[in-house]
Amino acid sequence: MEIRETVSISHSSVMESASHRRARRRREFLIEGALLLAALVSVAATITILFVLVFESVGFFETVPLLDFLTDTLWTPLFDDPHYGILPLLAGTIVTSVVGLVVAIPVGTVSAVYLSEFASARLREIIKPVLEMLGAVPTVVYGYFALLVVTPALQWIWPELPGFNMLGPGVVIGIMILPLVISLSEDAMRAVPMMLREGSYAMGATRLQTAWRVVVPAATSGIVAAYVLGISRAVGETMVVAIAAGQNPNLTWNPMEPAATITAYIVQVALGDLPHGSIGYQSIFAAGLVLAVMTFAFNIVGHLMRKRFREVY
Amino acid sequence: MFAIECASAYRGNSDVMTRPTDSASSDSAGRNEWPKPLKAETHELSFFYGHRQVLKRVSVPIAESNITALIGPSGCGKSTFLRCFNRMHDLYPGTRYEGAIVLHPDSRNVLGREVDPIEVRMRLAMVFQKPNPFPKSVYENVAYGLRVRGVRDRRVIDEKVEQALRSAALWEEVKDQLSALGTSLSGGQQQRLCIARALATDPELLLLDEPTSALDPIATGNIEELLQDLKRRVTILIVTHNMQQAARISDWTAFMYVGELVEFGPTKRLFTTPAKKQTEDYITGRFG
Repeated sequence: MEIRETVSISHSSVMESASHRRARRRREFLIEGALLLAALVSVAATITILFVLVFESVGFFETVPLLDFLTDTLWTPLFDDPHYGILPLLAGTIVTSVVGLVVAIPVGTVSAVYLSEFASARLREIIKPVLEMLGAVPTVVYGYFALLVVTPALQWIWPELPGFNMLGPGVVIGIMILPLVISLSEDAMRAVPMMLREGSYAMGATRLQTAWRVVVPAATSGIVAAYVLGISRAVGETMVVAIAAGQNPNLTWNPMEPAATITAYIVQVALGDLPHGSIGYQSIFAAGLVLAVMTFAFNIVGHLMRKRFREVY
Repeated sequence: MFAIECASAYRGNSDVMTRPTDSASSDSAGRNEWPKPLKAETHELSFFYGHRQVLKRVSVPIAESNITALIGPSGCGKSTFLRCFNRMHDLYPGTRYEGAIVLHPDSRNVLGREVDPIEVRMRLAMVFQKPNPFPKSVYENVAYGLRVRGVRDRRVIDEKVEQALRSAALWEEVKDQLSALGTSLSGGQQQRLCIARALATDPELLLLDEPTSALDPIATGNIEELLQDLKRRVTILIVTHNMQQAARISDWTAFMYVGELVEFGPTKRLFTTPAKKQTEDYITGRFG
């Protein structure tokens, strides 16, 4: 009697779940599809952007030979005598980024070592949110910070420094990418197993010796990944350089001079009214393509490095 | 109370078969089972993680140029005990020691307030449960202790590195790949590399925390053989949860259970005629 009852109950519950199952499967299929679609949005955006860049650049390179684009030392697409050499813009981009890295790499690495190996948990809980706030400041604010605070401060040291220059914005770019460099390298250092630190301490090493001789080398690839991602941020930075570096394409490697970067040029030209399909209009896309290729390459290198450091131990 | 009772297990009696009942009457005179000379000894060593007491007044002698093994079931505190010697617990907040660990011949109390843990770690060396070579070359791994001590002379380092690698029975295998990453070696080689790293600074006492638990039987055999050779030059204290290993390689054995020392004695005696019921139960496999 009792047994039959159990059987009938379980039987009916099986029946129920069979019809339920179909509904559940349909629901899960829909949800899965929605999730996939959401994930595809970013992929589609990336592909579209690359497609537009390449498509519009093709028109540009039909007029301007690639060789001229890469070797000409003048960038004057809107002048009567137009030149289309990317070098001045590239130089501006490289100089501001290098200045930024000269600031961000040493300061960022030392801060990350301190936060990961020396700071107490309480101090770390205060410093990390402040750092993240630094990352949340709008870049236009950084731009005016460069123009109105950093450059005047630098002029105090070098009075001959012009109001627009690459040094000030470079330094500010460095400050801007600090949070990224610090938090990624700190993550890499904290991922170093305690076992390695203990091995070092057991040999009689001090905290500083352990940090520099064991933890940093063990986290190298993660730290380098942080640098590389920092570089790609610096290269792509727009507002700071557009506001504070001057907007004249100028082939120079001297950070004390004003110059335009690729991003600054794009902003400048895009603000004016260029006829659709003109060579000036197309030049935006050619410059953008160069930028995209650069940051894309840095990002790939950075992600490869991150992957590698995850696999070390 | 229990501490006193079990302390008497090794201090007390010449007749190991009788259960000790009275320890007060037979202290120094009755230490006939204590080894001599001593490299180190612990005096009623207690250890706390926060408020939790993990070691309870453990007193163990460490005989010079001998291998002393610590055995006991998981969680009995044997690794915690070992890590007191080089004050590894200092790395973590909320830990506290009581009692003393005395290093001979200068009778220095490792746990003394005035003692810098780095000074202690310079004299001792440790090999961990899982091989933990640094992400450096084989050569730099072994040279690490010397570099930390400020040795610069290339010839001195070269010589010490070779010597240590030979002592760790690894030289023949790695002499042509000294610049290869230490982490690229096999598990057994990595552990011998860690032993070489520990030996390069001529430690007075070598602490081994289950050094073969992550290794296969062949690599384990190699390391056990190696330890037999090493004990002539360096005093060894080894934690193992493998009783057969303790029986095979050690001269003295301490059996611990839930933070207390149950029995200490010469390995042969302890494994053949344990004085304590708990020891007997453990070594015959009735628990643990």
